[in-house]
Amino acid sequence: MACEQAPLLQVENLRVATAEGRPILHGVSFHIQPGETLCLVGESGSGKSVASLATLGLLPKGALQVEGGTITFAGEALLGASARRLKALRGNRVAMIFQEPMTALNPVLSVGRQIDEVLCCHTRLDAAERRAKTLDALAQVHLPDIQRIYGAYPHRLSGGQRQRIMIAMALVLEPTLLIADEPTTALDVTTQQQILTLIRELQQRHGTAVLFITHDMGVVADIADRVCVMHQGQVVEQGAAAQVLGQPRQAYTRQLLAAVPALAPRAPRAAGSAQVVLDVVELSMVYPGPRRLLRRSPGTCAADQVSFNLTRGRTLGIVGESGSGKSTVARCLMRLLTPSAGAVRVTGKDISELSAAGLKPHRKRIQMIFQDPNRSLNPRRSIAQSLIEGPMNYGIDRAEALTRAQRLLELVGLPADALGRYPHQFSGGQRQRIAIARALAMEPDVIVADEAVSALDVSVQAQVLELLDGLQQRLGVAIVFITHDLRVAAQLCDEVLVMRRGQVVEYGTAAQVLGAPQHTYTQQLMAAVPGKAWDFSAAARS
Amino acid sequence: MSKPVSLGLPAPRRRWAKLPRPPLAVALAALVLLALIGMAVFAPWFTHHAPQALAPALRLKGPSAEFWLGTDAYGRDLYSRIVYGARVSLTVGLGVAVFSVAIGLPLGLLAGYFRTLDALLMRVMDGLMAVPGILLAIAIVSLSSAGLATVMVAIMLPEIPQVVRLVRSRVLSAREEPYVEAAVLMGTSTFKLLARHLMPNTLAPLIVQGTYICASAILTEAILSFLGAGIGTETPTWGNIIAEGRLYFQLKPGLVLWAGLALSLCIVSINLLGDAARDALDPRMKKR
Amino acid sequence: MFAYFVRRVLAAIPVMLVVALFVFLLLRLSPGDPAAIIGGDMASPEQLAAIRQNLGLDRPLHVQFFVWLWQLLHGDFSTSLMAHTGVLSMIGQRLEPTLSLALVATALTVLVAVPLGVLAAWRRGSWLDHTVMSVSVLGFSVPVFVIGYGLTTLFALQLHWLPVQGFKSIFDGVGPFAYRIALPALTLASAHIALVARMTRASLLDVLGEDYIRTARAKGLGELAVLFRHALRNAWVPILTVIGSGFALMISGVVVTESVFNIPGLGRLIVDAVLARDYPVIQGMILLTSGVYVLINLLIDMSYAISDPRIRY
Repeated sequence: MACEQAPLLQVENLRVATAEGRPILHGVSFHIQPGETLCLVGESGSGKSVASLATLGLLPKGALQVEGGTITFAGEALLGASARRLKALRGNRVAMIFQEPMTALNPVLSVGRQIDEVLCCHTRLDAAERRAKTLDALAQVHLPDIQRIYGAYPHRLSGGQRQRIMIAMALVLEPTLLIADEPTTALDVTTQQQILTLIRELQQRHGTAVLFITHDMGVVADIADRVCVMHQGQVVEQGAAAQVLGQPRQAYTRQLLAAVPALAPRAPRAAGSAQVVLDVVELSMVYPGPRRLLRRSPGTCAADQVSFNLTRGRTLGIVGESGSGKSTVARCLMRLLTPSAGAVRVTGKDISELSAAGLKPHRKRIQMIFQDPNRSLNPRRSIAQSLIEGPMNYGIDRAEALTRAQRLLELVGLPADALGRYPHQFSGGQRQRIAIARALAMEPDVIVADEAVSALDVSVQAQVLELLDGLQQRLGVAIVFITHDLRVAAQLCDEVLVMRRGQVVEYGTAAQVLGAPQHTYTQQLMAAVPGKAWDFSAAARS
Repeated sequence: MSKPVSLGLPAPRRRWAKLPRPPLAVALAALVLLALIGMAVFAPWFTHHAPQALAPALRLKGPSAEFWLGTDAYGRDLYSRIVYGARVSLTVGLGVAVFSVAIGLPLGLLAGYFRTLDALLMRVMDGLMAVPGILLAIAIVSLSSAGLATVMVAIMLPEIPQVVRLVRSRVLSAREEPYVEAAVLMGTSTFKLLARHLMPNTLAPLIVQGTYICASAILTEAILSFLGAGIGTETPTWGNIIAEGRLYFQLKPGLVLWAGLALSLCIVSINLLGDAARDALDPRMKKR
Repeated sequence: MFAYFVRRVLAAIPVMLVVALFVFLLLRLSPGDPAAIIGGDMASPEQLAAIRQNLGLDRPLHVQFFVWLWQLLHGDFSTSLMAHTGVLSMIGQRLEPTLSLALVATALTVLVAVPLGVLAAWRRGSWLDHTVMSVSVLGFSVPVFVIGYGLTTLFALQLHWLPVQGFKSIFDGVGPFAYRIALPALTLASAHIALVARMTRASLLDVLGEDYIRTARAKGLGELAVLFRHALRNAWVPILTVIGSGFALMISGVVVTESVFNIPGLGRLIVDAVLARDYPVIQGMILLTSGVYVLINLLIDMSYAISDPRIRY
């Protein structure tokens, strides 16, 4: 693909630093041809979002500033352009959509009005023309019942619908460049697939160039014409998608690709022990509805007669989209919630109806790892204090608990001197290792991991998954692994349970459920996994 | 036997150590406050007239070498009265701040943690907050003798709900934190949970709130004294100095304005320190 | 929406009950004979006996409470010791000056403080912002009476532009009314202006950090549209709250301001009642102002529900 045409957007040697002078981008260069899709891909902290915000002059004032370089859009220098000129381009020739559709729309204005504003500000159309054009834009993003949506407020719409609104708003004036900053990261896989399809469809119809920022190699494989890999404020590698994903030249790119979990289920493992450590029977959880004037409105059933069991040393994956009830099940297992009905037997003892005092002896049998590594450790307590708290609650003396903590830290691959430090001195991945050590300190029979690797970068995620797998083989602990990511589930789980709206849709071995899904919903989920057609492990080996 | 495990590691982050050099205004405020506290504690060293010493012959004199700020309607030394007046103000400010935090903190922790208690306690607090503090204080003072203790109780009562609400809201948000849930799962007792994991979250905002309460208590005490519902005039307070000076205000504005200046300086200083503490301790509250 | 309003009104009832209980207990638990406090120092033994009978002091405490509550609900706020008239009618006579003062001060607050706060937030870190922020610390730190006497010294004693004290009803003409209310209203508003300006700035800064503001800028909207259409509409709720909760502050301000400027309103009534140990009047004023406070907050809550589409159940 030779660059005969002049690039639509050309970023040259862009340098951005914080107000204190710490560099964020060290001379980043990339370009986009008219009508093509360029993926800026990188892990957190790579500077990919900063690069995109700088293009439109939207860096947070007083926090980040451009130190040097040039940005040229359609032959016009954007750095140093007047605020007035940038304003005229924004929303008109260059539009942008963001990651969080839930917060990107103004909650007190109707969505029609918010799209109308773009037209008001860039065109001289009269009210009727603007309304017609807005409705047309809503129709183009395939929203149902556009007359009603026009007057609706954002809180009434789902995440996917809001992202469609954002796209309609961005494309209503048919800009030549669309900057999409992680636009599908906050969405469920099936919604993500629909949004990606929509962006591609509108791109082809209007010939829009797309600068697509993402951390997800699967998405890159699905949509990119060209790829630009960023790492710590620098461009590591760029080129055509097939080349970068297929024959990566740089070690970092290969490492990124190798970390993407394969979608094929793991090889079946022989069951080591027949002892059932967790037996869940017809577990149901109904959240009471909001109080009305005189009566309570009917509650929502977040889990409906969920049953499964788990033997020692095995891993069960509970997969589903947001709102499927998988986290509710986890919290019921832990008795952070009291289930409305059903039994939770941990090593034979039903804990679903025990009182707080009666629960205590059984708490240690089942432990949990949380999603957000930034919040799962008390920032004011040292690692040692966090690790010995649980054992000491069960009568182990301090010295012994400390020795155990030290051993556990080694086990999860952290230096022993970590004991005296505080959580903020560790990276997210390290903190998640500490959280694993904390759970193991209780010597539980079952560990429930609720989206335990979802907040981590893909390379860190791979390491933590490997660690969990290794620990399980050594200690024989059973794991309930809750995730929305089918790739992760495929890599780790022996059995998989698929949930949808509180109900179990499909339950069986990983090979059955992920290898040959029977239920249409599972099939849809599998089909929506981004980059499913691409074999990342092969690319990484090359 | 427990042995220290960490050796040669970076110390835990101390927020105080990270404090930038305080801006001039804050440094000045601290100086003013220290000076006022010094004057209050060592009042006899700073004055050479007893604040109650009457000298009817020397009524309403202007400033002189003997009477630095002149004398009041009874011939008492205005300067001495203002110096001694600092005692009442600072005692009330500090006392009310400490006691309202000491009472509000446990109530807030309990309300935030036990849902059944919460509903009842917060209704009571809502009711207390609905009564304008100054009227409540007036009622309490007018029902019993106007001693220092009564005045402090009267000022403290409306402040407690504020503390309770602050602590409660912090506990409510902190108890959603995964590290608190992790502690529950590790069998940590309720008392330890409150003391180790929940209470520390409330301390930084409480220090800030305590500072503001101190300032507002000094202000309220002065208003009570000014309205004649405070401590009796035999004990000089900035409020009753101003109340007595009002009658001669058009003749001698100094009788009102000097004490007013002392009062204002004191409250401004405390509020400035409160702002500084808030910025340093609790960035989340920074923008107020 | 209607159900929400009804629920909010119903929720105000227990708050008022707590207030009533509180006022009730204050009198019963204070040292001394409640009848003697209600009757005052001059009451004869027969009068005291009648008051005891009326209060039902021989009956159990909870019965006394309901008897008293029943009387309140019938508008019986007992009799003032100073004026020997009903407390309610006494309050009614003094209402106008206070209401005028409070309304003018509130209008002044909104007109001055909100634009100042918006400007400070918009030009964050500029000299304007710094000035607004530091002057506002002074505004709510310097006691109302000091501000009052300071303003009087400057505008009345030195410049002779405005009168030292006094009050004229607006029905006697707008000119004389404005001439006399200017200084008291400015005095009363000063602390409010400081608080509301700070809150406006803080609230707006919060909103300006939101994602939808970035969206609005990315659409190419001008700064004014971003500021007013997008930011201020969302920042309005906390600003209203501080104006509403400032009511308590307003009460203490009114009491002091009316004393300083010799205005015959409710604040003066309170001070006179304190000096005369006229407990029935103090009690009536507490109940009344608490009621107004609850009502104002109720109205503010309802205005949220109307202005914010998210609150609608």
